[in-house]
Amino acid sequence: MAGIAQVAKEQPIIAPLIGFRPKLFLGSLLTGLLVGVLFYSWGYQIVNDIGVAGINRPVFWGFYITNFVFWIGISHAGTLISAILRVTQAEWRRPVTRCAEAITAFALMIGGLFPLIHLGRPWLAWYMVPIPTGRGIWPNFRSPLMWDIMAITTYLLGSLLYLFLPLVPDMAILRDRAAKENPRSIKTLFFTALALGWRGTPQQWHSLEAGIRAMAVIIIPVAVSVHTIVSWDFAMAVAPMWHSTIFGPYFVVGAIYSGIAVLMVAMYLLRRGLHLEEYLSDKVFNNLGLLFVAFALMWGYFTFAEHLTVWYGHEHAEINVFNERISGDFSVFFWTMIVVNTIIPLAILPFPWGRKPLATAVVGIGVMLGMWIERYLIVVGTLSFPRLDFNVGTYSASWVEMGILIGSIGLFGFLYFTFVQIAPIVSLWEVREGEHIQHRRTQPTSQSMPVQAVSAGEEARA
Amino acid sequence: MTRWGMAIDTDRCTGCGACVVACHAENNIQTVGEEEAARGRAMHWMRIERYYDGVFPDVKVRFQPVLCQHCERAPCEPVCPVYATYRTPDGLNAMVYSRCIGTRYCANNCPYTVRYFNWFDGQWPEPLERQLNPDVSVRPAGVMEKCTFCVQRIQDAEDVAGDEDREVRDGEIRTACSQSCSARAIVFGDLEDPESQVAQLARLDRATHLLEEVSAEPSVIYLRGGA
Repeated sequence: MAGIAQVAKEQPIIAPLIGFRPKLFLGSLLTGLLVGVLFYSWGYQIVNDIGVAGINRPVFWGFYITNFVFWIGISHAGTLISAILRVTQAEWRRPVTRCAEAITAFALMIGGLFPLIHLGRPWLAWYMVPIPTGRGIWPNFRSPLMWDIMAITTYLLGSLLYLFLPLVPDMAILRDRAAKENPRSIKTLFFTALALGWRGTPQQWHSLEAGIRAMAVIIIPVAVSVHTIVSWDFAMAVAPMWHSTIFGPYFVVGAIYSGIAVLMVAMYLLRRGLHLEEYLSDKVFNNLGLLFVAFALMWGYFTFAEHLTVWYGHEHAEINVFNERISGDFSVFFWTMIVVNTIIPLAILPFPWGRKPLATAVVGIGVMLGMWIERYLIVVGTLSFPRLDFNVGTYSASWVEMGILIGSIGLFGFLYFTFVQIAPIVSLWEVREGEHIQHRRTQPTSQSMPVQAVSAGEEARA
Repeated sequence: MTRWGMAIDTDRCTGCGACVVACHAENNIQTVGEEEAARGRAMHWMRIERYYDGVFPDVKVRFQPVLCQHCERAPCEPVCPVYATYRTPDGLNAMVYSRCIGTRYCANNCPYTVRYFNWFDGQWPEPLERQLNPDVSVRPAGVMEKCTFCVQRIQDAEDVAGDEDREVRDGEIRTACSQSCSARAIVFGDLEDPESQVAQLARLDRATHLLEEVSAEPSVIYLRGGA
């Protein structure tokens, strides 16, 4: 099965892993420069104190918390979508899962940086870690910020494990290839280490599949809980338009929505850049596009429900924030968000031509922008209008906050470019397995081959 | 038991701002300068809010001195991940500066917006650093702060009373704002002692709290609407 034709077909996936790719190198370099911007800005802020950011009283939280919610939201692309597709055994998932799971891992790492960046004294962040020290004081587990730490740490570890498990057989394939070329090269050692001694025995396959199945089921409630808890940072507070019971599910839906948007854009770029048309096919875009429409509708519904109840209740502090959003200082943001998050997606995605790769990527860019604005409106829109009217404030971000936002996007790109160069961005063995299942279905009479034989280990023995 | 509280008679307040200045001097609050103040970084543990009733030329100005309300059910307390703000047994909402890591969550969850953050280290150019109050710590950048009800004065009075083997007498403790108020609009004392002046004022028909709808049960009583 893993014959010459197979290898030729897999060439676009494997090519970035061997040899020098000028385009990828350039991408790493450019995004690497932006990573420099991120750490320069953050370093500048640590040395010169948090006041170099634009936040003030009453807008104590600004870009940093907006970015935090934004990146944690994006992390819901991967693991959750991939887990749901695995659990429901959707066959078309096979080429998508890896690149989606990578988004989760990297977006979470970046999202997790922001609470640190936003601290007044980041060097004391370890006060929030429940370890016995001479300080003799435990963290306050009643604080939603502590829930955040627990949830995000769990999710990050789970996602990394969930990304790594299906990588093992692929690492073995790469190890075997690299060993054939040069058994002592750094690449061989790297892949050998990550392959964890994978030989493709039935016993190993059995354990791996059990592990993946278990992780797929476990990671779904973890992902849902993470963004629910992020929403509770707001909903547990008594601030107007934060204290809302709808926030948990609203944020989860928004997170998945923004996650699909990023996945669409990433898939489009991978398909174009690495010529993966064979794998990230029109059918994959079409199916994910349908999921995209569903979430556009759900997000629109939640947004409507959220705003209608506030308007109808007309409570003094809340209606102040509401009016500024609909027709006041923040109306430009609000209506831009409505256009890019509901009107454009619903005008394009329901039609078959609107679920072609380029169209979904364009919609995806709009939704990324719209979802960032949504979090900005929630954070800054509320904090600008406190209950005692005397304290109304304004906020504009400083260059440090801008630098860190742009730098975080760069960091995401950098991690992704790196990943494409050290791991197959499409899961080789899962696609092979899918083709094998397909083959068996179309030729039921032929002697069926055990699935494990089509993959790693076998290749080494051959 | 003691529950420290304050009554502010808004009908007496002239909005002179002496309390604000006295508070700055007593509590080593940094003056941030014009530029920072314009960016919303001014720090006044006690501030005079001005509200305008009516339409020009028939305008009436209301002054409302606002400070930390030392709420019985303070929304700022549970959200702090490191116990930097907590409730003392005698009813103060206390800040432990050395614990604060600067998440600023407490400030967001304060319905009265009375928490102030040190965006930078304070500057006291020569010779102003010599007038710093030695009983009060100077807070570094990255730390939240707010009105303490002049806790250093409370502790001092309790020490003296302890040495003399007696209870703290009503009126023995005066916060800086109360001491400097020429209109005598600010009264500080123990709300649990029914004989104290503040407890008597709290029983008046004119007594009310700010933002009752939040149910934070503040320890600051506002008197308004009198003749």
